[in-house]
Amino acid sequence: MLATVDHKILGKRYLVVSMVFLLLGGIEAALLRTQLAYAEERLLSPALYDQLFTMHGVTMIFFYAAPVLSGFSNYLWPLLIGARDVAYPRLNALSFWLFLFSGIFLYSSFLIGQAPNGGWFAYPPYVLQQYDPGLNIDFYTLGLTFLGVSTTVGAINFIVTFFKLRAPGMSVNRVPILMWGTLTTSISILFAMPALTVACVMLYFERRFGMHFFDPSGGGHPLLWQHLFWIFGHPWVYIVVLPAMGIVSDMVPTFARRPLVGYTFVALATISTGILGFGVWVHHMFATGLPQMAMTFFSAASMTIVIPSAVAIFAWIATIWLGRPVMNTPFLFLAGFIVLFVIGGVSGVVTAAIPFDWQVTDTYFVVAHLHYVLVGINLFAVMAGLYYWFPKMTGRLLNDRLGRWNFWVMFIGMNLAFFPMHIVGLLGMPRRVFTYPAGFGWSTLNLLETIGAYIFAIGVLLFLINVVWSLRRGEPAGPNPWGAGTLEWSTPSPPPAYNFAVIPTVGSRHPLWEGTLVESAGSQIDGGPALEEDHQTLATTPLDAEADLVLHMPGDSLWPLLLSLAMTILFYGALLTSWTLAIVGGVGLVITIGGWFWPVQPWGEPA
Amino acid sequence: MGRLAAAALLFGAWGCTRSPSTLSAHGTRAARVAPLGWYLVVASVVVVVLIIALVLIGIFRRHPAEQSPPTERPDGLKWILYGGLVFPTVVLSGTLVWVLVVLGGSAAPERKAALTVQVIGHRWWWEVHYLGNDSASRAADANELHLPVGQPVRLELSSSDVIHSFWVPELAGKTDLIPGQTNVTWIEADQPGSYHGQCGEYCGVQHAHMELTVVAQPPAEFARWLAHQRRPADEPRDSTARAGERAFVTGQCAMCHTVQGTRAQGKIGPDLTHVGSRRTIAGGMLPNTRGNLAGWIANAQALKPGSAMPQLYLKPADLQAIVTYLQTLK
Repeated sequence: MLATVDHKILGKRYLVVSMVFLLLGGIEAALLRTQLAYAEERLLSPALYDQLFTMHGVTMIFFYAAPVLSGFSNYLWPLLIGARDVAYPRLNALSFWLFLFSGIFLYSSFLIGQAPNGGWFAYPPYVLQQYDPGLNIDFYTLGLTFLGVSTTVGAINFIVTFFKLRAPGMSVNRVPILMWGTLTTSISILFAMPALTVACVMLYFERRFGMHFFDPSGGGHPLLWQHLFWIFGHPWVYIVVLPAMGIVSDMVPTFARRPLVGYTFVALATISTGILGFGVWVHHMFATGLPQMAMTFFSAASMTIVIPSAVAIFAWIATIWLGRPVMNTPFLFLAGFIVLFVIGGVSGVVTAAIPFDWQVTDTYFVVAHLHYVLVGINLFAVMAGLYYWFPKMTGRLLNDRLGRWNFWVMFIGMNLAFFPMHIVGLLGMPRRVFTYPAGFGWSTLNLLETIGAYIFAIGVLLFLINVVWSLRRGEPAGPNPWGAGTLEWSTPSPPPAYNFAVIPTVGSRHPLWEGTLVESAGSQIDGGPALEEDHQTLATTPLDAEADLVLHMPGDSLWPLLLSLAMTILFYGALLTSWTLAIVGGVGLVITIGGWFWPVQPWGEPA
Repeated sequence: MGRLAAAALLFGAWGCTRSPSTLSAHGTRAARVAPLGWYLVVASVVVVVLIIALVLIGIFRRHPAEQSPPTERPDGLKWILYGGLVFPTVVLSGTLVWVLVVLGGSAAPERKAALTVQVIGHRWWWEVHYLGNDSASRAADANELHLPVGQPVRLELSSSDVIHSFWVPELAGKTDLIPGQTNVTWIEADQPGSYHGQCGEYCGVQHAHMELTVVAQPPAEFARWLAHQRRPADEPRDSTARAGERAFVTGQCAMCHTVQGTRAQGKIGPDLTHVGSRRTIAGGMLPNTRGNLAGWIANAQALKPGSAMPQLYLKPADLQAIVTYLQTLK
């Protein structure tokens, strides 16, 4: 089990671990909301409050929102494209183990009571040694660098899988939108992640070895961090929503019973969002005193990026409008997703308007905005996706009646928790405060928000109950319980280890709908190139997906796990500046990489 | 429209407790921005309501009968053209133009600023200097910013430690206080009164307790106030206050605090020359009463953990004398 490289097992592990992080982040949020239920409350000390709000953000953004989508893509991609696995199955295992261990590394900070406390954005000078002397920020810089390795490895794997492993005939204009979302995200990661890693390494060196990148007294500048962080940070927002939007784009046709309206436009919108996402970072810095001319460019770019989102929204609405919607739990989550997306989108336009952003930035208005974006666009899409693909993963349907309760409790809780934050922000309540005075008219709204947060938590609990119940007693699903049109539904539920007995040939975007819903285009599910040996899959050309090569898939391996353990030791060495530990970890890395690449066959023989 | 009505109700119900609202401007700079803010809020609500209506109608309208199997026809591309491209492009272009107009208009006041005030951020209090023609005409203040009504005031913002942000919602949006650079902005109040300000950038454990009171006064009253602030502290008259001064100047207090006219010239904490006339202490956290002052001096770390004000171990008589002395510093 520890050695597996099966994308389906790794995908499910990604989903489970990221849901555990969702629960941890949720517990932190519940504590924060309890502290803020009443003015001048003294439940949490200011120092603990700061650790909790920082860890809530870091957990949700880095350890839930992105990995959960990697989980979906890991599980689904080979099934969507008719392949046996991803391009680099062992790298996939490495990516998972690094994700898990970097999360454990970060959370071990609570054991010594020194969790990161500088916010998920960690602005110097506050996070420099003289103001924050504990290990708190070192857990942050090293934990994110550590996780960055996992994210980068995963991104490379997806990019190669996209371009090489699609079944014959699945040209790039026939792939599900989820693939476009994750591809865009993966390419964005390759450009965005280095900025964060560089910033974190610089901060680590500044804190532990006395360098001066950010400290003005040593000739550094604090705004350097902000630029580096947001050059990474804003693309990251799109990284954690584009695959989720892809999930929605692929699900809406199933439940509206017709193909997606404007497939090409939605795919192009996905890519252009990813590109434009690199041109908006300064809208996080409108109050830092930058020249107005520069700021207007970023304000305009921030408004432009709304357009591709509007394209996607109207594509979904048109698909629903022109189709025959089927009302069930996954569809409810899709509809809820669209509503929350629109609210989060328009409040984003409010913050792009520079002069008004000077008012609302760093207030609860922004807290409302970002939660509508992240809970709305990420979590609601994830919930829809879980209800949709759970039967594929487990062979059993989630209970629909409990699912509807699940949806309504979460939807009401979400809006009760976050909608009043818009108002309390406009009324002048700053964010990241551990308490607030009673006399400003914020108290009632804050109490409502806390009640909403508890209701939301009950909704999440209903989901967990549904999972536990349905795993044992859920209705058996069969291969295609929703009558969907894409390849993954042609396999048994759950799919066998090899996914497809023969590699299918694809003739349209909806191979399973050919002959019923759309005219036949020559897709062949059961007949196609049968590969002679075990552990083989077919590689095709990047754009048109013509058969190209037969690839050998590697077997199970413990090296990814061992390499991750060695890297964990290395990072603890860096944390404690213990050179012994660091050398042990470094030597371990050399040994495990050597073992991983040790030739299996004698030299010269074909693999 | 339910949400709009609810929002209007909520804003309207605030008559009794005044919020530092971003949408109720009491100064020129905020007043130039507030209409844009109202437009954005209202337009947002309208767009959200419209799209929710489209989704709901799309779900519940009468759909084509089951027997006609849906195909890619109709292709629905007009939805994307009008809803996804034309509609946002038109609305956002208009919005952007307004944003740029407001941005240009709020960059500088119409008239030359009458006065320059330096505001320096500290963890967690505000150091304020009213600049004059020479060093003798400077006046130091803390956690309070006095303004002459109807006159633009130039603000030079900087920080002694970490990043803070200057923000008085009813008068002016945020400008950051960043160590290593000076940001210049301006502020103007159009009616007398006091306005709540608050640090707008997370700056550590007591970020919540970094508050500022802006006091807008008629110009003549402001001029009198400033002239008084520029004077050194008066000699204390009664014996307790004199004992307090002695304890203050010779004890730990003078290491960090200045009282002009005495030998206390510490530069770490707030200048206390006229502390008795201030509305609040401890970075705006506590009203300036005798009890709070005594509690703060005796046990600052319990009231505001992490603050730079140390735990002092004063004799009760000294404590009472120092409090009496500070209260005479009007």
